[in-house]
Amino acid sequence: MNAPLLPRAPAGSALAEPVLAVAGLTKDFPGRKVLRGLDFALAPGQATALIGANGSGKSTLLRCLVRLIEPTSGQIRMLGRDVPALAPRALRQFRAEVGIVWQRHNLVPRLSALSNVIHGVQARMSGPRTWAQSLAPAAVRDEAMTCLDRVGLADRALVRVDSLSGGQQQRVAIARMLMQRPAFILADEPDASLDPQTGEEVMSLLLSLVREKGLSLLVISHRLEHTLRYSDRILGLADGRIALDLPTGRADAAGLRHFFDHAEAA
Amino acid sequence: MTTLAPSRFQHRSLVEYAAILAVLALVATSLAATAPALDKLGSGVVRLFAPSGMLTQMFPPDFTRIVPIGWKLLETLQMAVAGCFLGLILALPFAILATDRLSPHPLVRHAARALIALFRTVPDLVWAIVFIIIVGLGPAAGVMAIMVDKIGFAGRFFAEAMEETDPGPQDALRAIGASRLGIIGSAVIPACLPSFTATSLFALEKSVRGSAALGLVGAGGIGVDLKVAFDLFNYDEALAIILMMLALVIAVEQGSGWIRRKLI
Repeated sequence: MNAPLLPRAPAGSALAEPVLAVAGLTKDFPGRKVLRGLDFALAPGQATALIGANGSGKSTLLRCLVRLIEPTSGQIRMLGRDVPALAPRALRQFRAEVGIVWQRHNLVPRLSALSNVIHGVQARMSGPRTWAQSLAPAAVRDEAMTCLDRVGLADRALVRVDSLSGGQQQRVAIARMLMQRPAFILADEPDASLDPQTGEEVMSLLLSLVREKGLSLLVISHRLEHTLRYSDRILGLADGRIALDLPTGRADAAGLRHFFDHAEAA
Repeated sequence: MTTLAPSRFQHRSLVEYAAILAVLALVATSLAATAPALDKLGSGVVRLFAPSGMLTQMFPPDFTRIVPIGWKLLETLQMAVAGCFLGLILALPFAILATDRLSPHPLVRHAARALIALFRTVPDLVWAIVFIIIVGLGPAAGVMAIMVDKIGFAGRFFAEAMEETDPGPQDALRAIGASRLGIIGSAVIPACLPSFTATSLFALEKSVRGSAALGLVGAGGIGVDLKVAFDLFNYDEALAIILMMLALVIAVEQGSGWIRRKLI
């Protein structure tokens, strides 16, 4: 099914200034070139799916965008900033505006869902009052509860996250990301290791955030049905380059499968 | 066709055989050089149980000074608790600085590790003598000695616990833009809490055992009374002191074991 669940912004709109513009981006690891000169730009308020075979450099690209991995060369302009040129303090401020949803949710297992969500406020606050829900100011606790409510877990606020299901943990991670008040969301296979139903719910939640709050989303997913259902645009990575770029409305499962087969053969 | 089971023993290289022989030779020469001769050991044990022997004179234990000994025992416990508390508090920053992922600079990490190793390697009796010179005879020197010993003991185990934590939550907070202190307070310490608790309780047990011995060099606590009892050949009173120390150590071990089971 190609039709989106909610109305979408025009794909590749030329009118809006790109929220992310990448030019000539490369990343070399010893003995291996992972990214070989990427060029693409994303319009704001869109959900973009990034697809590609294992080892094609998708996760490396996501990490390079926020400099969790330093790119070897190239330009990244994101949220109006020249990312490679950011000094450490400015980099921290920039990262605060980018919410990342990981394949492994990376929550602190012994803490409650509410404490984990409150950690998201460290994007703009610091100090011990942001470390745990029992120490947090009332306004922060209220906002964290709103975020948990948004992902449907307000009733599990004080439950330790290691006793929640995988899907619930991923939703807590999304609530923590919302607590950041991000302008851009990067999601690295948020539907991996989740059962089909829960994976659908997580992807649907991410897309609804894009639609409701006008956020931009770049999401990696290996599930073609999710790529087709929950994105406005599809970028395909093969051999370290952008090998596919088309609006989701013009894509179909057979074409994407052909892309994967071709990419793996290459 | 049935697959044959593999050989029970792996084939070893000549170097491995040489290493095993070297270890065996080290053990044999160490025993030969330092272990007591069996005949000497036998005659010594007989002397211990002779009518004028130390063990014979220890019985029955003399509890006539139970009240002053009890107060000294309380002082010993207080030394252990105070020294252990201060040592554990100070061990945490040392451990953070000694951890690969959390240390601000490799030089700082090496310096912190060297200091922790120094605190751990020098015996607490030596630290007690150093602090007697600094603060004079009495329990304050004992508290300082226990504190330094605990920085070495807990610093190492705290650092190891922090090294072994899952880096995922820390990376996620770093990606959010959290500060180093924020990552430590939000992700590292909560993840290490069970290990920190276990180490702290072991440190307390070790402190109680160690604080009794510190009195032998004049650093306060029950050890002074034990030394005096032995010096004056009051072996029955010495046994009473040893039994009371044993009761204290067992009580602390049982208590810490109970807390460990409840918390971890």
